[in-house]
Amino acid sequence: MTDQAYNFAYLDEQTKRMIRRALLKALAVPGYQVPFASREMPMPYGWGTGGVQVTAACLTPDDRLKVIDQGADDTTNAVSIRRFFQRTAGVETTEHTAEATVIQTRHRIPEQPLSEGQILVYQVPIPEPLRFLEPRETETRKMHELEEYGLMHVKLYEDIARHGEIATAYAYPVKVEGRYVMDPSPIPKFDNPKLAGNPAIQLFGAGREARIYALPPYSDVVSLDFEDHPFTASKADHACDLCGSATSYLDEVITDDRGTRMFVCSDTDFCASRQAQGHRGRLSPQGDNKP
Amino acid sequence: MTLMQNAITAAPLLSVEGLTKRYGPRIGCADVGFELYPGEVLGIVGESGSGKSTLLSCLAGHQRPDQGRILFDGADVLAFSEAERRRLLRGDWAYVHQNPRDGLRMGVSAGGNVGERLMAVGARNYAAIRESATDWLGRVEIAADRIDDRPSAFSGGMQQRLQIARNLVTGPRLVFMDEPTGGLDVSVQARLLDLLRGLVRDLGLSVVIVTHDLAVVRLLADRLMVMKSGRVVECGLTDQVLDDPQHAYTQLLVSSVLQV
Repeated sequence: MTDQAYNFAYLDEQTKRMIRRALLKALAVPGYQVPFASREMPMPYGWGTGGVQVTAACLTPDDRLKVIDQGADDTTNAVSIRRFFQRTAGVETTEHTAEATVIQTRHRIPEQPLSEGQILVYQVPIPEPLRFLEPRETETRKMHELEEYGLMHVKLYEDIARHGEIATAYAYPVKVEGRYVMDPSPIPKFDNPKLAGNPAIQLFGAGREARIYALPPYSDVVSLDFEDHPFTASKADHACDLCGSATSYLDEVITDDRGTRMFVCSDTDFCASRQAQGHRGRLSPQGDNKP
Repeated sequence: MTLMQNAITAAPLLSVEGLTKRYGPRIGCADVGFELYPGEVLGIVGESGSGKSTLLSCLAGHQRPDQGRILFDGADVLAFSEAERRRLLRGDWAYVHQNPRDGLRMGVSAGGNVGERLMAVGARNYAAIRESATDWLGRVEIAADRIDDRPSAFSGGMQQRLQIARNLVTGPRLVFMDEPTGGLDVSVQARLLDLLRGLVRDLGLSVVIVTHDLAVVRLLADRLMVMKSGRVVECGLTDQVLDDPQHAYTQLLVSSVLQV
């Protein structure tokens, strides 16, 4: 039931209009951070206030919403945001990636490939990829304006000098359409290749920092690297202990105080659908094992 | 080609006309003009408040002068767009700050500091960047095994040498130096000067060096400009100005140097 005290999807129509204008500008200039008048939302900063505002501006009553947090549909952040929109917009929700029209995500891109017509909304804590290298906002804007991105490579250089390889494992910087360097939000670098050429619309909302940026479908997105230290999409070298998938991104779960651990898919929907199809992993109940 | 012909055919690398900068009613520097030829070192001396630092920051593009023209290689630098100006600052020009902390990234390793300008002009091969960083650390007498240390772990003299390496790595043609030996003790100063003199001669750099230390210009500079109250009071060959000062202020300056 929609709570009648609120407008559809919580935000008033003028605010949604303002956000949609920012979204259109962001889509027109891929990777460019568009400032917008971020509103106070009934949840703390850091819980996805930017993503929630973008989702609210995109939702229509016919949409089917999926919310994930680190790939999972059933963690606190995902549950509370999903319930927020159930209550304020009354839209249908789902846990199945393929059935959703709008997916709000924190720190993952679903394993199942997205399709045209879907919208993926990212929650972004710090939209500025140069922030930890150059603290001045005036200077970073100038650097974007003049395409001075040498500093980004200094960070990668430092990684190799200190760790022997590019140790940045999440929020790995990308260059969009050969122009803007963009922070893809703290997704693992395993997900970076999925940013490129994706048929879905990808929208990024940073609530506290009041910035929106976007990747239109089929954008050209390149992860930054060195010629002799090319980008690699890394993951834990295991198969999922529940569904046996060797290709999905894994979470490491420590199961006792003697160092025993298990690896499970971080994408719960992907893992559950594989198990429903009969796939089994190392720790699945024994019986009808199918690799 | 003889030296004489060279001097006739070479065009000035930097030519400055009528450069004036005011701070409200006060004068920063007024009506300064000079020409700097390729491979030449120009010293600018004067007491505190004489306008030498204002002049240098106007020349290097950190401040915009109120009047005057600056021609680099025949192009009017003041008419450059922001993008062109910044490209110049990280390519053909270099700026050595008095305090190495202003010119270095203190949170980035020595190798990263030296490599930054290379990466800014498009170097994308880690091994090559590392190799030229090692090479440049060697040239400024920093041991190769310090390449992954941060500048905060370096002594003042090492930091200054690192800053010089970081600036020279892209092979600039014109270097601005603001009191490069300021704040260093005399033995470290002597080593740094020796190093600078070697680098300037080997690389054929053109340098504008600002200092209040006459010994520094005696060692490094071919020509000398003496400034007082924002104006140039005397200029000429370094030895000529220091050994036979004509202007009263220059005479005072030269006689003020302590003899040990």
